[in-house]
Amino acid sequence: MKPRYLIPILYIAFLMLPIYWLVAMSFKTTNEILSGFSLFPQTFTLENYRVIFTTPSWYWGYINSIIYVSINTVISIAVALPAAYAFSRYRFLGDKHLFFWLLTNRMAPAAVFALPFFQLYSATGLFDTHIAVALAHCLFNIPLAVWILEGFMSGVPKELDETAYVDGYSFPRFFTTIFLPTIKAGVGVAAFFCFMFSWVELLLAKTLTAVNAKPIAAEMTKTASSAGYELGLLAAAGTLTIIPGAIVIYFVRNYIAKGFALGRV
Amino acid sequence: MKTVNQRAWFFVLPVLLLVAFNALVPMMTVVNYSVQETFGDNLFFWEGLRWFEQILTSERFHAALGRQFLFTGIILLIEIPLGIIIALSMPRKGFWVPVCLVTMALPMLIPWNVVGAMWNIFTLPRLGLAGYFLNEIVGINYNMTQSPLAAWITIIVMDVWHWTSLVVLLCYAGLVSIPDAYYQAAKIDGASNWSVFRYIQLPKMKTVLTIAILLRFMDSFNIYTEPFVLTGGGPGNSTTLLSIDLVKIALGQFDLGPAAAMSLIYFAITLLVSWLFYTLMTREDDK
Repeated sequence: MKPRYLIPILYIAFLMLPIYWLVAMSFKTTNEILSGFSLFPQTFTLENYRVIFTTPSWYWGYINSIIYVSINTVISIAVALPAAYAFSRYRFLGDKHLFFWLLTNRMAPAAVFALPFFQLYSATGLFDTHIAVALAHCLFNIPLAVWILEGFMSGVPKELDETAYVDGYSFPRFFTTIFLPTIKAGVGVAAFFCFMFSWVELLLAKTLTAVNAKPIAAEMTKTASSAGYELGLLAAAGTLTIIPGAIVIYFVRNYIAKGFALGRV
Repeated sequence: MKTVNQRAWFFVLPVLLLVAFNALVPMMTVVNYSVQETFGDNLFFWEGLRWFEQILTSERFHAALGRQFLFTGIILLIEIPLGIIIALSMPRKGFWVPVCLVTMALPMLIPWNVVGAMWNIFTLPRLGLAGYFLNEIVGINYNMTQSPLAAWITIIVMDVWHWTSLVVLLCYAGLVSIPDAYYQAAKIDGASNWSVFRYIQLPKMKTVLTIAILLRFMDSFNIYTEPFVLTGGGPGNSTTLLSIDLVKIALGQFDLGPAAAMSLIYFAITLLVSWLFYTLMTREDDK
């Protein structure tokens, strides 16, 4: 083994320590946690997980999160695809300004929008629905998806389009049967990023929901404050929020480096 | 060369409508509040630029802004070089590549408040792994709720933990795109490791590094959830970054006018710095 590999090994160890601690905590009883320090769970228990899987407000938190994240990913990709194609293939009036304006929405602090969003979605009667959170997350996910897809599409030579038109393909047929399969890695990566940023965001999701569409992350803040300090339960809920991310990341593992470069390498 | 086609607007229309709905309406609400005083009941009084003056001259805002720049500066200075070093030392092919990439990306997929909660559990003085280690074994008196320095170190280490991987993955993507021929040529020339880095690897990483700095700037400047869950802005006001202060004013004290003015100033600063980066980036593209 080359000595330079020590650096990534140490780094990964540093990344895994807090995660290990969270997982270890989730298998401990409240008594054990509060009675003192133990590196491994002494009295291994699944009680914390049992509580989560049998309490509706807990497991509905997960279902709600997954519902709005999925809706958001579908909307973002569906509208970003044609837009990214336009940006990568054509010049049109105000294209650069529009692109930059889209990106500025990625820069807006969520804290700035929390209150106006609440008012906007209350006024439109969407408050506390999955659609509200999904639409709100479009604010930063659509620009990101456009940015990533545009990067991947620009990597496809224009000759592909032209050859297809010469061969008599109509635009919709070309787009769905030739172009999409060519950039499917890009679509996967863009979907992954939409999933990721919608899944990890809490401030807006919490502001726009009360009961029916409450995300899991918000359910956790409630536990930390009101029901005493149930660290084991908190740790178990936290551990469960890591799993969906770990699953989706596995599917895009070969494209992830390119994806993080927004298709621009 | 791209062809000019005004009908391309129809392709971007859905994006435009969706983002505009989410961006323009709330933004106009903020602008409305920023120039008016309200006592509830939908009664508004014109205040002109008073709130802007008040925010721009308030020591509280200056302090929060200072803390915000300090935080963003420190994490950029740590995460960018550290990310480059890790990316350079990663294997380029083989079984371990996806393992590295997946484990490194994992922290970024954890909901932000869970990150805060996780670090809270991790650093509890008597019960957490890091807290126990530092207090009982190393013997340092480490308690985030009492010492501002400990709180600062913790939120910085937490952010390094959370986001260095973004820089690593970006740099790594740049590095693997360098053809082997470049390295062979450098070897024939007898180039040192440093000159390989300086004249081959660094130029190739330039685009991705700009993206990394841009993204890290934007996200760290807007950071809210993680430090809020971890320290709540304390002890005292020592870790009250801009977003935390803004939410305190808007939802805690319900001072909507000043909060809206502060939002606009905050957004303008983020935009200005990001715009500088963006023009730098596109200037490189045009060459």
